[in-house]
Order: sequence, then structure tokens, then C-alpha cells
Amino acid sequence: MSPLHPGGLDSAAALAASTAYHTSTGEAVQFWILGVVAVIGALCTVLMRKAVHSALCLAGTMIILAVFYLANGAYFLGIVQIVVYTGAIMMLFLFVVMLVGVTAADSLKETIAGQRWLAALCGVGFGILLIAGIANASLRSWNGLGRANAAGNPQGLAALIFTKYVFAFELTGALLITAAVGAMVLTHRERTERAKSQREQSEERIRAGRQLPPLPAPGVYARHNAVDIAGLLPDGTPSDLTVNKTLKGRGQIRDVSQEAIADLRALEQRSESRLGRERGEGTGKERRADDDAREERGKEEGVTR
Amino acid sequence: MNPVYYLYLASLLFTIGAAGVLIRRNAIVVFMCVELMLNACNLAFVAFSRLHGNLDGQIIAFFTMVVAAAEVVVGLAIIVSMFRARHSASVDDASLMKL
Repeated sequence: MSPLHPGGLDSAAALAASTAYHTSTGEAVQFWILGVVAVIGALCTVLMRKAVHSALCLAGTMIILAVFYLANGAYFLGIVQIVVYTGAIMMLFLFVVMLVGVTAADSLKETIAGQRWLAALCGVGFGILLIAGIANASLRSWNGLGRANAAGNPQGLAALIFTKYVFAFELTGALLITAAVGAMVLTHRERTERAKSQREQSEERIRAGRQLPPLPAPGVYARHNAVDIAGLLPDGTPSDLTVNKTLKGRGQIRDVSQEAIADLRALEQRSESRLGRERGEGTGKERRADDDAREERGKEEGVTR
Repeated sequence: MNPVYYLYLASLLFTIGAAGVLIRRNAIVVFMCVELMLNACNLAFVAFSRLHGNLDGQIIAFFTMVVAAAEVVVGLAIIVSMFRARHSASVDDASLMKL
């Protein structure tokens, strides 16, 4: 960033100004370490595919910003940042991500050709403009909040909020109430028709001719007995009826049909070979004929499957 | 440490947020990027407050937080009702005023 600085315009004045207020080396170290982490968090917010990951990265960035507020003498704002932003707003985001759920995954297909590159280009151009503008300003020293924070930071803020900014403060109260009412109006849904009774539902099901008895349980005839494992039909294929649609949408179903069939085959082979050994001492030909017949049966199975 | 570094960081975060708004199409992620931009502005306000040695910048940042909270509540309610209407949170699908 240093090449963007206007070097040595009036170094004497700058030196005089910089002696007025010094920041510690610790703050610089903190800034460079946490600043890098904050930028990485922001980039991850933009680049992560799943909305939950984006939300967590953004929460990390916000906590780091809270640390920066504290370092800049804004003690009240630093705590409010953690309580309001990472505590309330990000949890609201996570709540909505859970509510909107599985189908909210971003598709990578571009609907407007070249939109991503154009957007990135716009972003870079905007950033260059902004940073170059800041680099042109001669900001060299802090005045420091020592005097303003003398009676305590929250006290200083309160003195300003309830005198100079009291009208804006009251407007924000009105805004918050409007927002709360607006959220309720937007998400509230009046029920327009009567809810169906159980009898009507069952009659409907019978008329439609769909699955009448309860759905089969998952994991039956599979290697494991768990909800994420589809039950196997007698021919070894997994049954769609046995697993939850949401799990299937997320791709969180483990298909053990091939393993189960392979296990079964191995077991059969082992028992056969043991039996065969016991029998094989007597009649070797018979066993070979048996093996051939079994292989043929196996091929047929493979074809039908 | 020079005060401009905080402003550089704030403008960098703001730029990343703005690029995210343009790039992403999931309405929730777009919203998060808007939050990131608001936070970057708050950082600049707090840095300016310390630069000038008075608390007005912090007051503005405080009001920004209040407005952001209100905005998030309404915006997420809109996203939820949009999702209910068309089972998608993509901003591409929200091309009509009604269903």
C-alpha cells in the first residue's frame, strides 16, 4: 500500500503532527494480523458456495471488526457489534438459511454471459478508485479520543445521543417498530381454506392409488440400520420409498446395496468353499459342475439387474 | 500507525462486499454482502471518530447499526415470503412483482 502514498509533501509538518498522538506497536501488529483475517473472511463470504459457510465467515469478520472498534476507543460500539451483529443478525441469517433449506444452494451456471467477470472487474475498478482517493488525502495523525472518552465512552455517547441527536434517536425507534410490524405482515399468512381432516386425506390417498400403508422403514435388509441408508429390495436395489426426501435432496444418503450384495456373495462363496472342501475330498467333478451352474446363475442375475 | 490503514481496510471490505452483491445470485448471500458493506462503513466511521477526536462518528455508526438491524428484519422477511411463493431464493427468479 505504501506506493499509493504521496511521499514527503511536507515532512516537517507531518513530523510535528505525528508527535501529538502515537499508536502502539501492539496495535499495528494486531491490525496487520486481524486485518488479513478479516479480508480472508470477507472473501470467503463472497466465494463460499453454501450459504451457511458464507454466514459463518461473515460472523468471523464481524467479530474482528468488533476488536477493531475496541482498539479505536469505541468500547460501547465494540460490544454492541458483538451482541447485535454476531449475536442477533447473524443468527437471524442462519435461521433463514435453515428455513429456506436445501434448495437454496447456488447454481454455478451463469444466466448472463460473462456477468461474473464483468462484476469482478467493476469491483476491482471501484476498489482502485476508492483506495486511490484515500491515498490522495493527507491523513497522517490521530487526534485521539482521550478527551472525548474522559468521562467514559458510553457516557460520552449518551450525552450526544440525548442532546444533539435526540430527534434521530426517536426516528430510529419509529423505524424499529415499523420494521417489526413489517416483518410480521410480510411473513404472516392467513389460512384461506379449511384444513383437511384425516378421513378426507385417507380417502384422497385411496382415490389417487398411491402408497396406502405406511412407508417402509429405512435400513431394512441393508448392512446398517440407520435413517440415511435406503432399505434394499429383494433383488438388492435400494428402495426410494424408505428414505427421507430431504436427505435425498442433500445427497446425504449412503447406498450400501453394492456392498451388501458383495458381502452376501463373499459369504456364500466362503460357505460353499468350506462345504465344497468337505465334500470335495470325495467327488471333485460334482463340485466343479456345481460351480459352473452357480456362475451361470450369477451372470443371469447380473443381466436381470 | 497511520490512520489511513483503517480506511484502506474499510474500503477493501466495502469493495469485496460490493463485488459480492454483483456476483452472487442467492438472495441470502447478497444480503450478507450488503451487511459486509455496512460494517465496512462503520469501521471507517469509527476510525474517523478517533481521527477527529470527537464521538460524532461513533454516533453515526451506532445509527447505522440500528438501521441495519431494521433492514435485516424486513429483508429476511421478504426473502422468506419470496421463497414461499416460488420455492427458490435466487434473485434471478424474482423477476415479477407478483406470482
